[in-house]
Amino acid sequence: MSVLIFAETERGKFKKDALELASYGRSISDEIKSKLVAICINSNNPEELSKYGVDKIICVNNNDLENFNSKNFSDCISNVFLKEKSQFLILSSSSNSRYIGGILSIYTKAAYVSNVFSKPTKYKPLQLRRNSFTNKAYETVEVISDKVIISLCRNSYGIIENKVKSEVVSETFKIANNDILVSSTEKLSDKVSIADADIVVSGGRGLKGPENWHIIENLADVLGAATACSKPVSDSGWRPHSEHVGQTGKPVASNLYIAIGISGAIQHLAGINSSKIKVVINTDPDAPFFKSADYGIVGDAFEVVPELIEKLKKFKSLNN
Amino acid sequence: MKILVCISHVPDTTSKINFTENSSKFDKNNVQFVINPNDEFGLTRAIWFKEKAGAIVHVINVGLHETEATLRKTLAIGADKAFRINIEPMDGYSVAKCISDFINEKDYDLIIAGRESIDYNGGMVPGMISALNNINFIDKCVGLEIEGKKVRACRECDGGKENISTTLPLIIGSQKGLVEESDLKIPNMRGIMMARQKELIVVEPGQIDIKSKSVNFEKPKEKAEVKLISSDNLDELINLLHKEAKVI
Repeated sequence: MSVLIFAETERGKFKKDALELASYGRSISDEIKSKLVAICINSNNPEELSKYGVDKIICVNNNDLENFNSKNFSDCISNVFLKEKSQFLILSSSSNSRYIGGILSIYTKAAYVSNVFSKPTKYKPLQLRRNSFTNKAYETVEVISDKVIISLCRNSYGIIENKVKSEVVSETFKIANNDILVSSTEKLSDKVSIADADIVVSGGRGLKGPENWHIIENLADVLGAATACSKPVSDSGWRPHSEHVGQTGKPVASNLYIAIGISGAIQHLAGINSSKIKVVINTDPDAPFFKSADYGIVGDAFEVVPELIEKLKKFKSLNN
Repeated sequence: MKILVCISHVPDTTSKINFTENSSKFDKNNVQFVINPNDEFGLTRAIWFKEKAGAIVHVINVGLHETEATLRKTLAIGADKAFRINIEPMDGYSVAKCISDFINEKDYDLIIAGRESIDYNGGMVPGMISALNNINFIDKCVGLEIEGKKVRACRECDGGKENISTTLPLIIGSQKGLVEESDLKIPNMRGIMMARQKELIVVEPGQIDIKSKSVNFEKPKEKAEVKLISSDNLDELINLLHKEAKVI
């Protein structure tokens, strides 16, 4: 019996999500008194996971797995799941992990519960809490299977250190040929992605036009944040669709979300509601976003934001 | 080319969400239902293949009689034939299994399902169908070109895009970007009249297992009132974000 996590890496380094999965997995392992196992693919430093409570670290190093491929990754992870007689498989909510969640649930004959944001509320039968109706409701789900795959919402559990002595094992994995071939990838920029960012700075129609986007970008630069936008902004072609956040765009679950010139339509709020702290800057004191935000400034973005950037620069230089 | 588009019947994005039967069920009263937006982007691309390349487009929904208005809308937009599997959807697995069994007896080249529905947000049906039927799968598909059996597709991943080549048969998880919002079709009178003549076939499901069930729902608590900070006191905002919220 074991709890298995898929610890994702990027260029050999564990993603933050992987450490959160380890922390979350550790707490379940403790409660059901079983081993915590991690599968990592092409990690440079697998031992790092011992700091977060992983008992057994299974490393697969294979050049053919350098790029993500849904079939190969699913085969590799489900092999380990079956071999380790796992009861739980915990995945992150990254695009790649969400891609393979459904596939893995069929390969392993496990139930699959996505968008989970807390530890099980009950073990017999297993009950999990998840976000549903695009963050407009919390749903409690009962699992009708002895095996389960959980996809954990980012930033919902946190990273908790818990040093253990771990066993590191190398596994080989033979790639089966498949005809899903990634011919090229396009990185949008060197900046942090919306999915991985701790801070997201987002602009709406209040910015008046794409030529003013430098103020969003400058604020994001000072904070090391990703940039995003509202639906009308991407629909008018001011910004690429990849930056659209909201119900039909990307979900945001950052620590800090700063909305500038966004009124806060219900669809927008639904998509960003998982963010911990929300700041709104808007000229209209009646903008619905003020009802959902933690901190608000009624003011003109073109005056407030440049001043905020200067003050943040000072703050950063004093605090670094 | 034969295309099947999976259609979820979901509350409109502006709906207020309420629950009933002791908070165990979604309250359908006074809710306007629509085609799941992610499915609609996929349907629009399917209709494009019909208009440009003579594809045949079928649609399928797993649901009770109430979803037929939504299916009629897809026929009015241009789908050729609709199927409804007559069962209340219980979990992602049972929906995937129903559609998978249906596909087994047919010969679809392309299956399109939204990357997730905006009601339960499971995001699992297309991946499960791909594994159940052993067909190629591309999630978060934002570009799709088909020539013969050859497919060139584009997938959105975290921080970028991947260009993928693969072959039919294929299932995709569709989303915005596959077509633009402005490409979405509003049914015209002729489409609506024609939809009445098109077939909507009700299929009884086989033995279906479920792997999970909803126990109850809760709405998020009302948020505490926003702290307003004067625009000439931005130091106070930085101080609050640093000391109180601890996010910078």
